[in-house]
Amino acid sequence: MTDLTKLTIAEARDGLQKKDFTAIELTDAFVSAIEKGNGALNAYVLQTPEHARAQAKESDKRFAEGKARPLEGLPLGNKDLFCTNGIRTTACSNILGNFKPTYESTVGQNLWDAGAIMLGKLNNDEFAMGSSNETSAFGNVVNPWRRKGKDGKASTDKLVPGGSSGGSSSAVAANLCLAATATDTGGSIRQPAALTGTVGIKPTYGRCSRWGIVAFASSLDQAGPITKTVRDSAIMLKAMASHDPKDTTSVDAPVPDYEAVLGKGVKGLRVGIPKEYRVDGMSAEIQKLWDDGIAWLKSAGATIHEISLPHTKYALPAYYIVAPAECSSNLARYDGMRYGLRVNGDDLIDTYEKTRAKGFGREVRRRILIGTYVLSAGYYDAYYLKAQKVRTLIKRDFDEAWNTVDVVLTPTTPSPAFAFGEKSGDPLAMYLEDIFTVTVNMAGLPGMSVPAGLSSQGTPLGLQLIGKPFDEETLFRTAQVIEDAAGRFPVPDAWWMKG
Amino acid sequence: MQVDEATVRRIARLARIEVSAEEAKGLEKELSGILDWVKQLDEVDTSAVEPMTRVVDQKLKMRDDVVTDGEIADQVTANAPMTEDNFFVVPKVVE
Repeated sequence: MTDLTKLTIAEARDGLQKKDFTAIELTDAFVSAIEKGNGALNAYVLQTPEHARAQAKESDKRFAEGKARPLEGLPLGNKDLFCTNGIRTTACSNILGNFKPTYESTVGQNLWDAGAIMLGKLNNDEFAMGSSNETSAFGNVVNPWRRKGKDGKASTDKLVPGGSSGGSSSAVAANLCLAATATDTGGSIRQPAALTGTVGIKPTYGRCSRWGIVAFASSLDQAGPITKTVRDSAIMLKAMASHDPKDTTSVDAPVPDYEAVLGKGVKGLRVGIPKEYRVDGMSAEIQKLWDDGIAWLKSAGATIHEISLPHTKYALPAYYIVAPAECSSNLARYDGMRYGLRVNGDDLIDTYEKTRAKGFGREVRRRILIGTYVLSAGYYDAYYLKAQKVRTLIKRDFDEAWNTVDVVLTPTTPSPAFAFGEKSGDPLAMYLEDIFTVTVNMAGLPGMSVPAGLSSQGTPLGLQLIGKPFDEETLFRTAQVIEDAAGRFPVPDAWWMKG
Repeated sequence: MQVDEATVRRIARLARIEVSAEEAKGLEKELSGILDWVKQLDEVDTSAVEPMTRVVDQKLKMRDDVVTDGEIADQVTANAPMTEDNFFVVPKVVE
């Protein structure tokens, strides 16, 4: 039998329907791959094989009865930011300790109701704050990709898988699940997807319910999938998205059948190339990747237009006001009283302070302090209000652009996957990882990363597509054209399976 | 913008996070660096701009004022560090 873990969602779905294999066989293939390969990658922080087998059993029963649901029997990984009923959820922070939610996130529930199977909880940067998965309380996640050494052979240096959804990107690239849930506040789906040769989409703000997802910055957070192919991405997003009365910002709009638009092509589509994204010091290989993307879309019948998004350079500094401000408010709930860690002090305030000093990691503490500062008396107008006004201008740039183009094409990241420690010493250097992705969150737009080439080091690079609000369909059909032209980027050597 | 040690201590107190003397030193530098960097927003004229509140215009949703959930005190307290008879047990608040 072929290696079932290498299948895409679409292929596994067909195989299950044709009874080439059962849901139990498929699930067991992943369970043993995780047992063997997770030690080297640290993508899963909790494995739930019993839970997965129980779900698989139900799936096989439904196949036998002819009652299969859209994602019946498909094994997925679930980012540890998504609450799981009765199963430990930590946001990869010590402050949540052994927290076991008594409810399921809406996105998760949608997936399980569609018949999908959960293999376990995936690692991420603590509270989704990071771009390298180096801030998790469970330790670093390793990218299955390796750099080419000077001798042309693969180097054994460990590379970051991107962040914050580093467990999701690593697990999908390493075939430790068919696909994974992820979340994106400033680039946390698209940047890890780009660094691992996988596909990641952050839908429009409001497309997926945020209910039951541990909150970071509520006006920016959105859920989305990381997958092996564009088609898989379309299948996953369709199942994850819904209107949810429990999240007032979720939008009451029908969720289209994204898979149905994949073959539509881009003939006559107007593609915008924002000149402000040609940043100083952009590397030649990123420039070439971008030019390749332009050429592919052009030869598929799209027209290319230079556009201007003049406030682009202000997106990142505005983000580093808005995101910490909202994080400091959201994380105020971790006070050691109702759940998670409590460190007893001399009095109530001392207990709060000791609990939060011990429970939160360094980057989270730093962001809470920045957020507290910018929201403190006398500073609100100068920082938070100012940043929200700049956000209006960023959104207005895009509103203008939509008069002349239908979709925007940019690189996803300024550089390929880097090594551990390379950027973690300097918060500002790390923040620059999100320079191309963060504008999309600030404007609330849908954004997608598609693998498009390899760097000179032999590691993957991604192109980003940005769309109009709730126009994920255009992203999917454009992404399909890029994937068809660029091909897929599986990891060449499964070294993590060799012990 | 220079964040001094007194400011770090004041913010840390507001945020309810204990900060050691050594940590406070490092934070002075880090917070100053980040706040200096975000100051570039001052270049942008926002005098006639409204702050962003939503992505697409959407009416605030209303719902009937009825109880839709509840009677799950055991679930609400299930993860607490200390509980007694479905109450959270906390350090003494009132002297």
